[in-house]
Amino acid sequence: MKILAFISGVVFGIGLLVSGMTDPAKVIAFLDIAGPWDPSLILVMITAVLVALVPMQMAQRRSQSLMGEKIAFPSTRGINGKLIAGSAIFGIGWGMTGLCPGPSLASLAASTWQEWLFFSSMFAGMIGFELWQRFGKPATATTSSGLVKTPAPSKP
Amino acid sequence: MFHIDWTHFTPATAILGGAMIGAAAGAMALGGGKIAGISGIFGGAINEAMQGKRPTAWRLWFLGGLIAASFIWVMFRPIPGAHYGESWPVIAIGGLIVGFGTRLGSGCASGHGVCGLSRFSPRSMAAVGTFIGMGMATTFVMRHLLGGA
Repeated sequence: MKILAFISGVVFGIGLLVSGMTDPAKVIAFLDIAGPWDPSLILVMITAVLVALVPMQMAQRRSQSLMGEKIAFPSTRGINGKLIAGSAIFGIGWGMTGLCPGPSLASLAASTWQEWLFFSSMFAGMIGFELWQRFGKPATATTSSGLVKTPAPSKP
Repeated sequence: MFHIDWTHFTPATAILGGAMIGAAAGAMALGGGKIAGISGIFGGAINEAMQGKRPTAWRLWFLGGLIAASFIWVMFRPIPGAHYGESWPVIAIGGLIVGFGTRLGSGCASGHGVCGLSRFSPRSMAAVGTFIGMGMATTFVMRHLLGGA
């Protein structure tokens, strides 16, 4: 599992770098529909979804992964305010900077102050969320990771 | 409506990179039973560390792989977009709200975008529509109304 996770991380990161998604200017060029529009990001997304489709659908129908791990997919259902508010907040930050968590990690070796500043403040934002979950809204602390804590329901 | 910027459109590398991202996400799902969502993995590890627990090993290995990719890449060529000209307050505030927002919304472009859409998750479809829409609106305000970026 460790080796699989490491190799997947490397391939995922190289994929982000090859596709140009680590370039904030390229992401902004996709988001800026009023200017000269670069549709590259939509092709990255469509291709990634199409390639992941078959293994993902196969995994959803299994109770155990090929390596014998439990299939731990999110069990939350329903579109709620938290999902929409969080996604909207993320979208604002994404539009401001052209960066999101994956590309931020996959371009750390660029070692520019912009990259490290974004990474550190993103890290601080995630810690802020944990603190808010713990002290601001204690009742929902159990869902903070968004993942299944109890055995995953196996899909029929 | 759209004026496509053909000079900067890179379909070949977009498809190649997208295929690698999809393959990595697919391998994590079918091989390991895990969602390759960066904010979920990173935030999950932070959550564990803050509870005084040792972060789950696969999470650290995946994040390590992602960071290793950037160090492997710079041995051969520069990171795309290493030089971008945002002012530091924009980057600092943007980073903070990306960190907070992806955790509140339980995912980012990898978790909801790649993994969620390939699982046909209605939640992820709503999330992707929301963050792309807000991203476009924010870009419009910053570029065309405020004249920055």
